[in-house]
Amino acid sequence: MSTPRNTPMNTPRTRKVLGPCSHVLVAARTGSWRTERPKADEALCVRCGTCARYCPTACITVHREGPPLSFDWDYCKGCGICANECPKQALTMIAEGSEEACP
Amino acid sequence: MLTYKVQPKGAVSPGMNTCQGCMIDVIFRNALDVLGPDTVLVIPPGCAAQFSGCGPEASVTVPGIQGNLENSAAIATGIARGFRHQGNEHTHVVVIAGDGGTVDIGLQSLSGAMERNENILYICYDNEAYMNTGVQGSSSTPLAASTTTTPAGKPVNSKDLIQIVMAHHVPYAATASVANIPDLRRKVEKARDIRGCRVLHVMSPCPTGWGYPPAKTVEVAREAINSGAWVLLEYEEGKIRLGKKPSDLGHVEKYFALQKRFRNADEEDMRRAGAHIAERYAWLEKMAAL
Amino acid sequence: MSVKLFDGNSAAVEAIRLARPGVIAAYPITPQSGIAERLADEVADGRIRAEYVRVESEHTAMSVAVGAQLTGVRVATATASVGLALMHEVCGVAAGCRVPIVMPVVNRSLASPWSLWCDHSDTMAERDTGWLQYYCATVQEVLDLTLCAYRIAEHGDVLTPAMVCLDGFFLSHSMQRVETPSDEEAWTFVGPYVRKNMYLDPEDVMFVNALCPTFEHTEMKYQQAVGFERAAEVTKDVFSEFERRFGRKLSTVECYRLEDADVAVVTIGSMSGAARYVADQLRAAGVRAGVLRICMFRPFPAEEVRQALKNVKVVGVVDRSSGLGAAQGPVCSEVKAACYGESPRIFSFIGGIAGRDISDISFRRIFGELQEVCEGRRDVCTRWFDASEDAMNIREVETPC
Repeated sequence: MSTPRNTPMNTPRTRKVLGPCSHVLVAARTGSWRTERPKADEALCVRCGTCARYCPTACITVHREGPPLSFDWDYCKGCGICANECPKQALTMIAEGSEEACP
Repeated sequence: MLTYKVQPKGAVSPGMNTCQGCMIDVIFRNALDVLGPDTVLVIPPGCAAQFSGCGPEASVTVPGIQGNLENSAAIATGIARGFRHQGNEHTHVVVIAGDGGTVDIGLQSLSGAMERNENILYICYDNEAYMNTGVQGSSSTPLAASTTTTPAGKPVNSKDLIQIVMAHHVPYAATASVANIPDLRRKVEKARDIRGCRVLHVMSPCPTGWGYPPAKTVEVAREAINSGAWVLLEYEEGKIRLGKKPSDLGHVEKYFALQKRFRNADEEDMRRAGAHIAERYAWLEKMAAL
Repeated sequence: MSVKLFDGNSAAVEAIRLARPGVIAAYPITPQSGIAERLADEVADGRIRAEYVRVESEHTAMSVAVGAQLTGVRVATATASVGLALMHEVCGVAAGCRVPIVMPVVNRSLASPWSLWCDHSDTMAERDTGWLQYYCATVQEVLDLTLCAYRIAEHGDVLTPAMVCLDGFFLSHSMQRVETPSDEEAWTFVGPYVRKNMYLDPEDVMFVNALCPTFEHTEMKYQQAVGFERAAEVTKDVFSEFERRFGRKLSTVECYRLEDADVAVVTIGSMSGAARYVADQLRAAGVRAGVLRICMFRPFPAEEVRQALKNVKVVGVVDRSSGLGAAQGPVCSEVKAACYGESPRIFSFIGGIAGRDISDISFRRIFGELQEVCEGRRDVCTRWFDASEDAMNIREVETPC
């Protein structure tokens, strides 16, 4: 996706605003919700990008070379849509905190 | 000026408090990606109000306003007219509202905006009940679905929003689904480049309210399309164009079986639901053939 | 400056035209319809260069107004009665988001029973919504107060929307001579709209009106309260400037022959002329009678009211709305609170409901009762002074056999 025009920039001079104005872009650390996490079988993955396209949190990056997928664990909620939708069954959900998940 | 505490993903905060398995995020990210930064959002209370922010905290990188539940199309009208008066015809004024704020309490203001052909894009994400307040039935809740206000299953069919929209002769309307993101993007792109009142009705299944595992949101949405419970179509210049004919038209057994909200549906309910779906589809086919 | 013949609705339209709004959204309702129609005419004829939005309800009218003004243009709308009640929810948004919309409200009774005619039950129901409220006594004031309201509401320290209230039919449909400033004179006074607080602009991103947590909601309300405090001062400054420019005096409260008054009535809106007329007659007969008219009701000018009434012996406050369930009418509540600790005895009078005329006869009766109190011949007054004695028996229907 394209980068928005107003991405991080220098803080301008401040002014007072009265009333309900939301002006600080923040994020909830939704990665803490996870009870399971996706694990990719690199041999099966064909880098088609279906997982990334349907990931609600946009936390899957598909790489052209090397390991095919990387995950943003700060925000992955562990919903499992990626594994459910993978046309090659290259993703499996494994228990968060298991030995496999924390090598 | 917006201060960035995190790097957004597209135009949306990376961490949203939408439920696990909810795909409203995907609708927002893709719509805003297609529309670009020259966009103003109107969001009513509801699940999508997560994207309005909270207190000083914002969740999107475009400007916007959270209105009341029933006046999104009216506020968007004001914004579009205010811009036009100032010679700004380029900024996209976009509503993203749920089914409650659209087909129920917000229908009047949407109807007014459609009749006046206001230059706005109205996107309704439809999760078929008042999810944010705890899964109360809406007029978009389908026959036999159990909600907290239809505990024994809804006794009547849902309101047909897209046909109401088409009856207003808007320049462009379409249905879409989170089961087909490329199709959704294409329709947002098309809507973006048309002037006047454009309406997109997007099915967005709700794991919390529909009762299925979060991993199955896309699967459930896909099965809705296969059974004809959700019909993909486009309406442009008075013509209806239907998508591919549903593979399993009128057969809701598989679709119902995926979701706990239909667990009390008996054979008669499924027959009635299936018959309604088939009749509606036949009617749409006739309209599309005109 | 020229003298024109306007009814109240046309005077409101003229003031709006002079303020050059960019977006207009109004839904017709009796007795405001003339405003919605004439604004459409002004736009169609090119006398106002604005977007006219033919909305499908008052709720949408106010929603359009909020959305449009947040893009940085002045907007116009107007309503009455149940239309204002339908707007109520969005009126709170305009106030809380500090969108300084100026709105003429043509006072008409709220249902039920249905009525087309004037009382203040519509605007009194909005008195705590966070809008400034000015009540007009004449058609001239409709024009003058509307022009002033733009300056007050849009002032950077105020940023609070304003209702200019004019009595339905008594003012809205009453032709009166109105000294009208030229376009240039008015524009020099009102000036262009400048966005000063929140706005919707892709070049300067903010999200307006998100959920506000408890930890700062009180502060937002306090900010509004400060806006009202400043509005009281700004109103006086703007009225002074208005008088310097146009030679007509406006005041938050209007004192008439109160300096040595024993008895006085407090009025609001178009009834005030009749009150002054009766006070003059009583003065000629040797009764020291006076009148205090409330022009600015929100913010309530408590100190001015206290100063004006503190030496009066007996005061009657005439409310044109019923204030059901309250200890007295809404204006009387404010007056009593303002005078707490001072000596006047204050009585609530409720009448003129749904278009019933508050005439010289009404005021003679009210003053008469106040005089009797003053002379120790009476302890209570007739609160519902113009209700008929058989009010409980006006319907008698036949029962089935």
